[in-house]
Amino acid sequence: MKQFKWLLLRRLMQLLVLGVFLLGPWFGVWIVKGNLAASLTLDTLPLTDPYVSLQSLLAGHIPEIIGLLGALIVVIFYLLVGGRVYCSWVCPINIITDAAASLRERLDIKNTIQFSRTSRYWILGMSLIVSWLTATIAWEFLNPVSMLFRGIVFGMGLTYGIVVAIFLFDLLLSHRGWCGHLCPVGAFYSILGKFSLLRVNANQRDQCDDCMDCFRVCPEPQVIKPALKGTASPIILSPNCTNCGQCIDVCKQDVFRFGTRVLNLSKNDR
Amino acid sequence: MANKTGNNAHTLNRRRFLLETAVTACGVSLFGAGLAFYARQAKGLPPLVVRPPGALPEADFLGACIRCGLCVRDCPYNTLRLAELGEAVAIGTPYFVARAIPCEMCEDIPCIKACPTGALNHELTEITEARMGLAVLVDQETCLNFLGLRCDVCYRVCPLLDEAITLDAQHNRRTDKHTMFLPVVHSDYCTGCGKCEYACVLEVAAIKVFPQQLVKGKLGEHYRKGWEEKEKAGGSLIKGIIDLPDRLPEGGL
Repeated sequence: MKQFKWLLLRRLMQLLVLGVFLLGPWFGVWIVKGNLAASLTLDTLPLTDPYVSLQSLLAGHIPEIIGLLGALIVVIFYLLVGGRVYCSWVCPINIITDAAASLRERLDIKNTIQFSRTSRYWILGMSLIVSWLTATIAWEFLNPVSMLFRGIVFGMGLTYGIVVAIFLFDLLLSHRGWCGHLCPVGAFYSILGKFSLLRVNANQRDQCDDCMDCFRVCPEPQVIKPALKGTASPIILSPNCTNCGQCIDVCKQDVFRFGTRVLNLSKNDR
Repeated sequence: MANKTGNNAHTLNRRRFLLETAVTACGVSLFGAGLAFYARQAKGLPPLVVRPPGALPEADFLGACIRCGLCVRDCPYNTLRLAELGEAVAIGTPYFVARAIPCEMCEDIPCIKACPTGALNHELTEITEARMGLAVLVDQETCLNFLGLRCDVCYRVCPLLDEAITLDAQHNRRTDKHTMFLPVVHSDYCTGCGKCEYACVLEVAAIKVFPQQLVKGKLGEHYRKGWEEKEKAGGSLIKGIIDLPDRLPEGGL
């Protein structure tokens, strides 16, 4: 069980987020209304996606105070826990791309189109410029994240096609292509979590036996090396780390654990 | 010597970096151009789609609406829905089809209150001032009232009875002894709620709601209506009668 601890917790959280949004339309229990773009919990707590809000601002529209407040709450939350926690703990597409990556490994598919990992920042910038130029929230025309989530909660339409396309893209065309290289939502949340408090650290790195398991399971393997193999801080500081905890799960030497950017949480246990 | 190769490697690395950056920038720019064209095209609204009350003009709406569906959730009549992928409406945005479920024009306008962005304008507090669309009696050949019958259903169901739709009495030239009561829509009052289109008894409605910009004409800014100016001025604007010279065909009548 221990080797799946964080994976199971993550899946549970992802399904919980979806589930709480579905309680309303499916069972008439309205705890949360809306979707990931904006929601209202228990008729009091507003949450708004800051990336969508930013595009809307650039398109020349000032939202209502409640929309701005919701975005502010979300920004503060991810500033603390790490922006890409959104990717690995909330985003529904993550389940699809994780599945594609694990099947890719099982089928031993090696060929891949190599995109630069900085492509996502270019696409992020592009989406902001296009939003400004066309006065629309441009990325929302294409964003598979909001499409899938909204689809499940409000009606899928042809969204299944997008899901299958992303799965096949990651499986056959590009290893971890979407979430790891192209998705501007992840890029946005990376920037948001640049200085976040919650971090994985390799504080037992002297125990590492070079089995490479962590590099194999990590969706952003480039973030591990400086912490694990470097001589400086053992804390994984790259904003691309999604705090998914797969390295913690997979490591037989218990090298990794969750901590903060300054000191380790739960220093003595485990 | 070693120094030289080091420099070479440096140059090569830089060259590779610049090339890769150029490739990414170029690819993303092309992608962006495609997205921009798509975004511009998405601003066209299909004719039978009506936005919720208070919706900003379509060009502004797509920059303001974040597709959260809170208006959909707070609509007590399940009128509103979010466009799904594959529909002709910009994906994720709220709309309704009057022939399916029209707007019931709630006095407290819950859909506007729910909107966190103001894509549905919070300044609209009086539902009768909403302009979701404009009803037009598009088919005079099938409208029962135009055929001389007393259907009147659109007129009766209109929430702004005798204001948004009135009946205009006209002589029925076919029978030469009856009166036809022709429904006439007045854009000063019509909110575009769609109850008339919904209620039309025909298989395909003869009266339909369209986006305003599709059906509304506009007088030239400089046009003045003589009779209105006359009323405003309290009398004729021209002093005395201008007598123009009579012109008769050559050789007299």
